Amino acid sequence: MFSVARKSVLHTARSQLRATASPQYSSLTRLLSTLALLEQKDGKLQPTSLCAITAGTKLGGSITAFVAGSGVKSVADEVAKVKGIEKIVYVDNAAYDKGLPENFAPLLVENIKKGGYTHILAGQSAFTKNLLPRVAALLDSQMISDITGIESEDTFVRPIYAGNAILTVQSSDSTKFISVRGTAFPAPETDGGSATIEEGVDPKAEAKSEWVSEDLAKSDRPDLGSAEKVVSGGRGLKSKEEFDKVMTPLADALGAAIGASRAAVDSGFADNSLQVGQTGKNVAPQLYLCAGISGAIQHLAGMKDSKVIAAINKDPDAPIFQVADVGLVGDLFDKVPELTEKLKAQ
Amino acid sequence: MSGLRILVPIKRVIDYAVKPRVNRAQTAVETASVKHSMNPFDELSIEEAVRLRERKTTPVDEILAFSAGPPKAQDILRTAMAMGADRAIHVVVEETAALEPLGVAKLLKKVVEEQNANLVILGKQAIDDDAGQTGQMLAGLLDWAQATQASRVSVNDGAVEVVQEVDGGVQTVRAKLPMVVTTDLRLNEPRYASLPNIMKAKKKKLEKKTLADYGLDTELRLKTVKVTEPPARKGGVKVEDVDGMIGKLKELGAL
Repeated sequence: MFSVARKSVLHTARSQLRATASPQYSSLTRLLSTLALLEQKDGKLQPTSLCAITAGTKLGGSITAFVAGSGVKSVADEVAKVKGIEKIVYVDNAAYDKGLPENFAPLLVENIKKGGYTHILAGQSAFTKNLLPRVAALLDSQMISDITGIESEDTFVRPIYAGNAILTVQSSDSTKFISVRGTAFPAPETDGGSATIEEGVDPKAEAKSEWVSEDLAKSDRPDLGSAEKVVSGGRGLKSKEEFDKVMTPLADALGAAIGASRAAVDSGFADNSLQVGQTGKNVAPQLYLCAGISGAIQHLAGMKDSKVIAAINKDPDAPIFQVADVGLVGDLFDKVPELTEKLKAQ
Repeated sequence: MSGLRILVPIKRVIDYAVKPRVNRAQTAVETASVKHSMNPFDELSIEEAVRLRERKTTPVDEILAFSAGPPKAQDILRTAMAMGADRAIHVVVEETAALEPLGVAKLLKKVVEEQNANLVILGKQAIDDDAGQTGQMLAGLLDWAQATQASRVSVNDGAVEVVQEVDGGVQTVRAKLPMVVTTDLRLNEPRYASLPNIMKAKKKKLEKKTLADYGLDTELRLKTVKVTEPPARKGGVKVEDVDGMIGKLKELGAL
């Protein structure tokens, strides 16, 4: 009897020893913990920010989601159902509603310190572009922007030079700050999860800046960054009136979001927020149909990961035809309305 | 209220119109004998600083252009002075020892303190590394207010109001100086330096410094594992007419 008990104690002790001496890999995955920063606006979760959770799942380890603002408990309840999250930390305070980096950064710093995370992930957006580098600097970490791939817990892939080169980097920082390109990490399943919900720490830092106003383009169209289909117009549209007259019905016929080239935006044909390219939005829809866009490298940077690219342009030598799966040489003022009519008739 | 002492950090990058090529060893993008210019967003920063002076709503005491980069970066500093910067500081860093945004931000913090700047205007991103971090990191390290992706900047009585490009539109924020602002393409249309101004810029002061002067630890945190060409899209087809386009799109499963 006694000897059996002794044996089993010994066995337990040995197997525990073995576990601690086992390869680093298992201890790494055990220690790996990710904080996924989620974005909310007016008490509504920005669904595109969930790509941080997808990236976290690829990384392995535990995932904690973070959200702050007034009345965000309901956002936390909603997020709790997202698959793959272990815990949600929320901070309910109206001071964080506008995502001002001067007080949001100290808020994140405190919650990161408390949670001891190894990875901080956030979907690439105006909100995170503004905020995350500031937080990274406060914690002395060299952030990695806009990743499109994860090789291992410290090695990441990102486009540089407007997507003309792909860089693989290995980070030696103990806390890794990473923004994630949404089109490379599709949103996770939004049900089946059961995360615990917990209130975070609120350092109540003073905001050195003050939010004055905003002017957002209102539209019933799908969001440009996450739309399945995008129709996009360029300089060839000639004026705002023509842009609206030609591109809007096509977008309606396809149920597509509308995008534009920098030339079209600069000439005032379309709103700034619709710009697709290196300095605008990155899109990777099932279908990117563009008209009157030549295909400068800065524009290609924002759309060349689209599944199918179709182009209508009157210049047969336009660079856009080198990336387009389907190209039609012709006057867009004839071809686009014809296309619209024929799509509607189907 | 004293005037604005504006620091404008600028970066020398491969010209935006050049298509970058990855080198054979897959360690970097080929930069030898490739045309270089000032990062386009940094031209907007210089232009905005000069316009703040011309608008005269708040006196501009000084516009200081700064670059940390290879010896040839002095060319873009001369350009900045030809556009209207008063003087320049060049921290000479060899291309092989290029800094990361965090290193640049730490260096800029020291420059801000040394030069007593109260407004820093940077580009929102450099078109080579596309990181878009330096301005925000600097603001964090200095504990200053920040406004990124500015499409309009006005300064009145020490208050800076900035219209920012955000997802879906614009938003306006206001903060007291000192402040860090990063520029978006819509901010302004940079001027061309005239020949007389280019000549005058040659006489303006360009101070050369080294990283050691600032006593900075610039050890890199990120190691380049490799740089590769992006996967090429396979050539598509040209169709004759709209029906052909619809047919092909259906075939590809896009409709």
